[in-house]
Amino acid sequence: MEYLLEVKNLTKRFGGLVAVNNVSMGVKEGEVVGLLGDNGAGKSTLIKMVSGVYRPDGGKIFFMGKEVIIDSPMKAISIAIETLYQDLALAENLNAYSNIFLGREKLKKVLKFINVLDNDYMLKESKGVLDRLEIEIPSLRNRISMLSGGQRQAVAISRSIYWNAKLLIMDEPTAALGVTEQKKVLDLIRLLRSQGIGIIVISHQLYDVFSVADRLVIMRRGEKVAERNIKETNPDEIVSLIVGAEKVSEKICPADRD
Amino acid sequence: MNNNKNSTLSVSQRLQSILAKNWAILFTLIIILIFSFTGKRFFQLANFQNILHLSTIYLLLTASETFVIITGGIDLSVGFVMGLSSVLSAKIIELLHAANFPPALSISIGSIVALIVCIIPGLINGVLITKYKVPPFIATLGMMGIANGMALIISEGFPVAYLPRVLPNIGNSYLIYILPGKAISFFSKPKGIAGEEIKELIRIIPNSLIFISIIIFILWHILKNTKFGQHTYAIGGSMDAAVRAGINTNKHLIIIYVLSSFLAGLAGVFYVFQTGIGIYTSFGAMYELLAIAGVVIGGASLMGGKGGIIGSVIGVFLLGVIENGLHLSGVDPFFRYIAVGLILIVAVIIDQSFPDLL
Ligand SMILES: Nc1ncnc2c1ncn2[C@@H]1O[C@H](COP(=O)(O)OP(=O)(O)O)[C@@H](O)[C@H]1O
Ligand SMILES: [Mg+2]
Repeated sequence: MEYLLEVKNLTKRFGGLVAVNNVSMGVKEGEVVGLLGDNGAGKSTLIKMVSGVYRPDGGKIFFMGKEVIIDSPMKAISIAIETLYQDLALAENLNAYSNIFLGREKLKKVLKFINVLDNDYMLKESKGVLDRLEIEIPSLRNRISMLSGGQRQAVAISRSIYWNAKLLIMDEPTAALGVTEQKKVLDLIRLLRSQGIGIIVISHQLYDVFSVADRLVIMRRGEKVAERNIKETNPDEIVSLIVGAEKVSEKICPADRD
Repeated sequence: MNNNKNSTLSVSQRLQSILAKNWAILFTLIIILIFSFTGKRFFQLANFQNILHLSTIYLLLTASETFVIITGGIDLSVGFVMGLSSVLSAKIIELLHAANFPPALSISIGSIVALIVCIIPGLINGVLITKYKVPPFIATLGMMGIANGMALIISEGFPVAYLPRVLPNIGNSYLIYILPGKAISFFSKPKGIAGEEIKELIRIIPNSLIFISIIIFILWHILKNTKFGQHTYAIGGSMDAAVRAGINTNKHLIIIYVLSSFLAGLAGVFYVFQTGIGIYTSFGAMYELLAIAGVVIGGASLMGGKGGIIGSVIGVFLLGVIENGLHLSGVDPFFRYIAVGLILIVAVIIDQSFPDLL
């Protein structure tokens, strides 16, 4: 199958530092790719070039078979690439459905010429997308500040999905969550995959990644050092790839990492 | 797991949060009750209309400050922009009046020019704050000085006083006048009444109330029901979220500061209609602080993200009732400052203790 997103030879420098060096990778529809690597390996920088935060210094990005120039976050969103950052970027003082529609509010006319927010419509649509994702939130009228970490994550994901994301990029989606909520987010990722969405997950939690990813891409010091199908590898091998061959002999226990 | 904070609130917690949310209204009702006993001629239609009439400029300044504070900013220049607008409109009206222009024309030209000019301070504030990342406090503090200086230059330090006499008539008239059993008229006193009859005249609904009601309704609508209002709250709640949702936050903030200084300009023009003269804002008048106090009493947080027009109106009304009630109760006017200060502290404490209130 053809790639949904494919990046070829992407390079990004910050002054003298080469944060991402000549990296190529791809994601298919309905596939979860885990992006792994130590702190500073260049994972975030790589995905930020796809989500329009940084412009690459070299290389090309193809989306749905066509080369695309992603020069702003808005551009990425407009071609259905949605990114979930760790801090989620929700307005805590607004309710769940207002956040799902933030910046793209649905309006209706009263007295034929005054545009007002169509709250009923936004509430109904938001309920629809949450149902589709099998997410339960007590009330969509509740402000975000009243929701738990997992529920916030769910709202942020719903927002992306509602706006028809084809590719969802998640940078450390479970980092701030409790164990039960981590499970829920992982379930959600599986559900999205079954609905044909391509997903890139960055995570430090190796076992989380193993439980949802189809394929792993491992980066070290800005370079892609390996790519493995999940069925043909195991956590030990991945750890040794992350830390580098020279350290494998030291037998770092996976549980000690992070 | 903390799934639903709402349903886990106990009855007493709910009661507390209802009290905290509505304390300003309750407090206003209580002091109205107290002043009804202590104040001479306090509990009368005429007096309440008077409080509303005198609150008009505060309502305008507080409404403008409401928008700014919800975004997490502050506008210290409103009081002096109001003074600038007042002397500028009055000066133009005075010059045209002296050149024998008809009053309606000179008043219209003066008012419109002043309103347009008052967009400029807001524009400069907005550009400084968004493009040059000057903190709102500093940018608008600078503008406060500039507006004050301009007003003093235009007025040469004196009230602008030679204005058409119809001006204060418009500003101080009522919609309905009733001379019980004898006459009723609209917008001006029944013709040919004098002496003792004036005392019997009942005046209902000041023009200023109609004017301010329309403005407040429009502003309430914008903040509550429109995309612009929604984005105002979003910016105050999380600038990051607003940016990433594709909101043009710089443009939005510039419009907010322009709106703020336009409303301050409107207050200045209204002031001319109310008093019949144009006068610069004196130092120590503290309009901006009273406006900020009104907003905070109304439930806003200086951190941004919350507050509203209705709350701010209640805040202004509370301050107006205090000033009027203390005065009619024969309390030294200096105590008013202390009262305002104490209430402001209460408001901030309540905001801090109940962060979840909106
Ligand atoms: N905006 C930036 N300016 C300068 N250096 C940066 C910037 N962003 C990242 N880097 C550097 O690039 C390297 C890769 O960072 P990053 O992509 O954040 O790694 P990861 O997400 O894998 O932890 C690091 O050395 C980091 O310090
Ligand atoms: Mg990172």
